[in-house]
Amino acid sequence: MIALPRPNATVGRVFEHRFLQYRRTFRASIFSSFLSPALFLTAMGLGLGSYVSTSSVSSLGGVSYLAFLAPGLLAATAMQSASFEATFPIMGGLVWNKIFHAMYATPITPRDIALGNLAWIAARLTFICTVFTTVIVVFGAAASPLVVLAIPAAVLTGLAFAAPIAAFSATQKTPDRFAAIFRFGITPLFLFSGTFFPLASLPSVLQPLAWLTPLYHGVALTRGLSLGTIVEDPAFAVVHLVALVAFIAAGTWALLRTMERRLVRG
Amino acid sequence: MPENEPLPLIHARDLTKRFGTFTAVDSVDFDVARGESFGFLGPNGAGKTSTMRMIGSVSPISGGTLRVMGMDPATDGPTIRARVGVVPQQDTLDNELTVRENLVIYGRYFGLGRSEIGRRADELLEFAQLSERANDQVEPLSGGMKRRLTIARSLINEPELLLLDEPTTGLDPQARHLLWDRLYRLKQRGVTLVLTTHYMDEAEQLCDRLVVMDKARIVAEGSPRELIERYSTREVAELRFAPGVAEGLDGRLDGIAQRVEHLPDRVLLYADDGEAAASAVHQRGLKPDTVLVRRSSLEDVFLRLTGRSLID
Repeated sequence: MIALPRPNATVGRVFEHRFLQYRRTFRASIFSSFLSPALFLTAMGLGLGSYVSTSSVSSLGGVSYLAFLAPGLLAATAMQSASFEATFPIMGGLVWNKIFHAMYATPITPRDIALGNLAWIAARLTFICTVFTTVIVVFGAAASPLVVLAIPAAVLTGLAFAAPIAAFSATQKTPDRFAAIFRFGITPLFLFSGTFFPLASLPSVLQPLAWLTPLYHGVALTRGLSLGTIVEDPAFAVVHLVALVAFIAAGTWALLRTMERRLVRG
Repeated sequence: MPENEPLPLIHARDLTKRFGTFTAVDSVDFDVARGESFGFLGPNGAGKTSTMRMIGSVSPISGGTLRVMGMDPATDGPTIRARVGVVPQQDTLDNELTVRENLVIYGRYFGLGRSEIGRRADELLEFAQLSERANDQVEPLSGGMKRRLTIARSLINEPELLLLDEPTTGLDPQARHLLWDRLYRLKQRGVTLVLTTHYMDEAEQLCDRLVVMDKARIVAEGSPRELIERYSTREVAELRFAPGVAEGLDGRLDGIAQRVEHLPDRVLLYADDGEAAASAVHQRGLKPDTVLVRRSSLEDVFLRLTGRSLID
């Protein structure tokens, strides 16, 4: 009888497969991982920011627009990368090359496949967010050494999207509805969750809605850490953190169910 | 352990699979002995794939009993899957990886060590005649090569039981024969093969014993030869008439053969001596366009059992 691998070892095998796939595009992705935040911070932070900073310093909390924007973009980038990783690769594994079905024919379980993919997304996000945070520091846009903790905060933000979106992806037979997620979900959040301007600028009826989205909490955390303002109100930071963890927990719970149902159905 | 297993390698009683109100597999009984080569023969939608997925312990049973290697798939799924190889109906290869990487990563799913996987991968590439393509991407490979890679991949855990769901569907004759040869070698090595097919020649080539499935049920069971003897005759004369002629034959072929079957495009005369039956047709003054005398096949068995042709 073959000794069965321990449960967490089997999660690791799924992770390993994703890593093997990724290795092929690694070089190209390193370059764009640095380039994209540098371009964004240059154009929006320095370029556009030169018009903003003098006029509305007070509403941004007394910092330059670049310093205000940078951590918000970090969280938003984590959201976008996570959403991409939670849609097309999941569809690929279930529908296009059906590699998840191949995994399930072995001792790997649907749970391993769900958790292995989330673990992979977390690793990808850690890499992307570390690069982004490095660029922020290089641009002189970080006001506090706590900016280092903005990396895990942004990773959690990404996972708060990845887990529920992956749960949805596992129910889909075609990628048709993914466009709707990006068009009606990710893009509006990117624009209206406090990334580019303070939430206080929104009409007051819309503000409570922002509380329901993970990005708002993520931006609040990354910005508080990058600017060092988080120490002024640690209780709020805990609320934001709990909100993100709640999204991740609920999303993971849903993903475990949808992945199992999908693979069992065949 | 083999000696201690009180049951056959696969044991199914009243095995049932339902999807909502649809019954895909309806109370089927079968046993597969270790080392045997066993087939499920039937048309699309007969319940073959559902049965295979239950045996492969990826689809829970809806009723009855199923034991695989003495274990219950409901509670021992991962343990069973660790000892089974699966060749699914559609290839599930990772097209972004190389041929060899596909084998290696699959070995990792079973928790095998890297050096052991390396050794097995080399052997399997040889076996599947893919050594020269080891470092090529999977995507541009031919259908036959992908199929052989899928079979090689299914052997990485040195399974005791290999499940093949329509292993040669969609392949050209040459690729099929190469694949049959590989499967035959596995059988000789003592691997238990369980396969589904809707090809008669495949069932006759590969199966020691088979069941014929139709509409979720098993309608016959036996070796290919037994089934042919029981449900058909030694030979068949296939007659093709000019359009419109066959409809006007009524009764004129009576008594020539043990059984006469009228199909839309031809008439089949089931007789132990096909040539004699064919010449009797001519003696009665009938002039078919073509006459083909052939040995009886499982296709004829299926036709007899279900009244329908196997492949539409």
